Amino acid sequence: MNIIGTPRRRVDGRAKVTGQTKFADDVMLPRMAHCKLLRSTMPHARLVRVDVSRALAHPGVYLALTGRDFPRTYGILPVSQDEHALAVDVVRFVGDPVAAIIARDELTAFEALDLIDVEYEPLRTFADPEDSLAFAEPRIHDYGDQGNIHKIVSLQFGDIDKALAGADEVFEDTFFYQGNTHLPIEQHAAVAAKDPDGKLVLWSSTQTPHYVHRALAKALDLPAAHIRVIATPNGGGFGGKSDPFNHEVVVCKAALALDRPVKICLTREEVFYCHRGRHPVLMQFKTGVKRDGTITGMHVRTLLDGGAYGSYGVASTFYTGALQTVTYHIPTYHFQGCRVFTNKPPCGPKRGHGTPQSRFGQEIQLDKIAEKLRIDPAELRLRIVERPDTLTANYLRVGTIGLAECIRRVTSKSNWANMHGKLPQGRGVGLACSSYLSGAGLPIYWNDMPHSGVQLKLDRSGGVTVFCGATEIGQGSDDVLVGCVAEILGVAPIDVRAVTGDTDLTPVDLGSYSSRVTLMMGNAAIQAAERARDLLADAVSRKLAVPQDRLVFAGGRVFDTERADRGVAFAEAVCLAETAFGTIGTTGSYTPPRSAAKFKGGGVGPSPTYSYSAAVVEVEVDASTGWVHVPRVWIAHDIGRSLNPTLVRGQVEGSVYMALGEALMEEQTFRRLPPRLSHALVHKFPSMLEYKSPTTLDMPEVFTELVENPDPRGPFGAKEVGQGPLLPVMPAVANAVYDAIGVRIDEVPITPEKIVKALDAKAAGRPPRYGPARFPDIAWPPPLQVPPPWEGGDGKAVRTPNVERQASDVEPQPSAAGDRS
Amino acid sequence: MLREDLNLCGTKHGCELGECGACAVLLDGQPVLSCLVLGVECAGRRVTTVEGLVTDGRLHPLQETFADLGAAQCGYCTPGFLVTAKALLDEHPNPSRDEIKEALSGCLCRCTGYQQIFEAVEAAIAGGGGASSAPTEEPGVR
Repeated sequence: MNIIGTPRRRVDGRAKVTGQTKFADDVMLPRMAHCKLLRSTMPHARLVRVDVSRALAHPGVYLALTGRDFPRTYGILPVSQDEHALAVDVVRFVGDPVAAIIARDELTAFEALDLIDVEYEPLRTFADPEDSLAFAEPRIHDYGDQGNIHKIVSLQFGDIDKALAGADEVFEDTFFYQGNTHLPIEQHAAVAAKDPDGKLVLWSSTQTPHYVHRALAKALDLPAAHIRVIATPNGGGFGGKSDPFNHEVVVCKAALALDRPVKICLTREEVFYCHRGRHPVLMQFKTGVKRDGTITGMHVRTLLDGGAYGSYGVASTFYTGALQTVTYHIPTYHFQGCRVFTNKPPCGPKRGHGTPQSRFGQEIQLDKIAEKLRIDPAELRLRIVERPDTLTANYLRVGTIGLAECIRRVTSKSNWANMHGKLPQGRGVGLACSSYLSGAGLPIYWNDMPHSGVQLKLDRSGGVTVFCGATEIGQGSDDVLVGCVAEILGVAPIDVRAVTGDTDLTPVDLGSYSSRVTLMMGNAAIQAAERARDLLADAVSRKLAVPQDRLVFAGGRVFDTERADRGVAFAEAVCLAETAFGTIGTTGSYTPPRSAAKFKGGGVGPSPTYSYSAAVVEVEVDASTGWVHVPRVWIAHDIGRSLNPTLVRGQVEGSVYMALGEALMEEQTFRRLPPRLSHALVHKFPSMLEYKSPTTLDMPEVFTELVENPDPRGPFGAKEVGQGPLLPVMPAVANAVYDAIGVRIDEVPITPEKIVKALDAKAAGRPPRYGPARFPDIAWPPPLQVPPPWEGGDGKAVRTPNVERQASDVEPQPSAAGDRS
Repeated sequence: MLREDLNLCGTKHGCELGECGACAVLLDGQPVLSCLVLGVECAGRRVTTVEGLVTDGRLHPLQETFADLGAAQCGYCTPGFLVTAKALLDEHPNPSRDEIKEALSGCLCRCTGYQQIFEAVEAAIAGGGGASSAPTEEPGVR
């Protein structure tokens, strides 16, 4: 290996440090008009009247659009087509777009927004999931499982009652994970234009150009072939730019109507309204264990506050119950999940998509179990780590597992044995583990086509161009793409040009979500490059009269491994191949293996392979103020193989950073305006000033350990790294706080206020804890019974109560996860 | 003004209220948040944006180390970090890790976790190229 595994400047590094990376808001076109959206000031109301006549009369205004201009719905999941570009009849949260103004400049558009007359007829506001459970009417949407419940599911893998009855101890704990948002530094922006042929072009800061392409075709009723979506490099995404958005549809419509380019750049406040961030989740874990720590069964319940639209929510719901079994052996498993609509910005996928919340609960409960059983928390986990090459109770196919090694590395490097339970009062360490997908096994819309495609063009000059629909969101996907191709062809990365994220030019890649890009695009790139290499080898072999299997591609040359001086320059090899075979172009594609899960809902969770992480977090807690300081974090990540260690380390450290923000300070919360105003439910602080995130001064020292055990399913053995390392940090902080001051904070963020309250409770003789007291009663449907593999199951449900459906009637749910950077 | 009138798009906006540091530029060598500075306040003064860090076609040492050592991921906050770090090094050629953290505390980065940014600043102090990185490739060089 010449390139893979060596720390290297990323291929787009120069552009980033010179300010030359062209983000969506940097796209400036002649005659460009500017768009602004009027957003609802009411959380839930019928739209009685939207009058844009005064705004249209304002000098410099070119166009005004309302919901009437957008009769067709769209949405990221086929089962949740519940969005209009502009509200039709009903607004569902403060910030829901109502009308659009397109004007000669941004300021004029802003002014004209004030001239739009809107009359609302307020409807009941659903501020809290329990409101949505209690009141079925008025419905926020006219679809969903019942009333204001969007999705309710119950999956049972084995007899959970029997499993819990057979345990020596049963632990029941309730946790709450507050919502938070991605906060990419780049606000969403988009520019739409008609190209010279009259076709539509959209430049947008999106992580999923292919899905935006499909959504635009539907929402605007245009042939997809006449729409080109170009994903500009994202200034951070983290899952927040994975949905098709209102503003993208609006500027497209406006550009077509005006026959001139139209730009929109959201304000920071609007980015908080776009949201699609972490769902607030209330959860309950009931876990049976033997005295040696062996788990007999686990019953997980989750209640997700979905906000006002579907987004990825159906997938998010399943994700809160999908990956528990991937880290530890759980022979019997029962999951019940419920997502409700509320009148708040829609939740969706944020880094870790649906799994950090339940991972938080699971790992804190394990800490409690370890304490009760008097087993060291690291030792307990080592005893129950899932075995490699296993099918879990819920039919997830686990391949390589580096989790035990991750635990050993972080405990050894942190001196865990001499730290845990042994530091002075106020100081502590906590451990937690996790796992994440290396790409969702199923696409968002049902099809059997490849998830990632790569095309390669070889030039007579020796230049190589690689085309792929993958989207650069800062994570370094262009670098992975180029690195894989350059390694196989033996050329320098700088001699390879990447063309990515352009639906006209590049083959489909599903997008930068679910940590899928390195594995899927990487495998497709390797296939395309190997096919090109074989053509070149064939031609060079004839020329040099050397057998193909003796040819080496390295250092920009193709040469005989037995006589290095006998060879040709790479450019000459291309010329020889072009002479022999005509123009040289190859393709590669990747389709994940078929899932073992054949039951409804089994489409969420399968992945070609899973990454594993373990973290030890050290804290210092001031008992008088409740202030938590994190001086050090040790994290080990099972990456399979590190393709560019500089980028991998950046992903791990960036995950730790974002996790600490979630653990200690970040929260997307809401309040009611006073009754003398509108009493509306509004975002508490839609600004970067008050939505606190960690600065340079808050960041601890991070010690990163990469566990490299190449996975046969990954490109050169690589697994994901963008999301997994975030997951163990939040529970490790909570466990460290307990080690430091003896109180359990069973929810995030772990704020000083909650710590002081828990310490007060402890001092008053009450349970030394802060967290939710109860899990509400929910009318769960009868569970879908799926016998686990060791009970003779074949991945199908044995009966589907309440529904006239054959067990073989497979209806996979869409999958998808959030994403990094 | 910088972005739309002068087409200096390297300077970014992120929050509109002086919190994120993405819009930092140097005004007479001092870092300021350009979203809070009016054009007229700059009359007769020297404004340095990220575009001004390249001299005679060569990257500033900070730009080299930021690129080599992973200090730029999405790159959106990078121009603000670069000019702020340059102001620090122009005034204190050899700052400690704590002084670097303090100087950069007004810039938010959501990608890196800051550690590789600190290391890039320190590597620039130590003399340019990223020590842990393979030799950098430049276009046009064989």
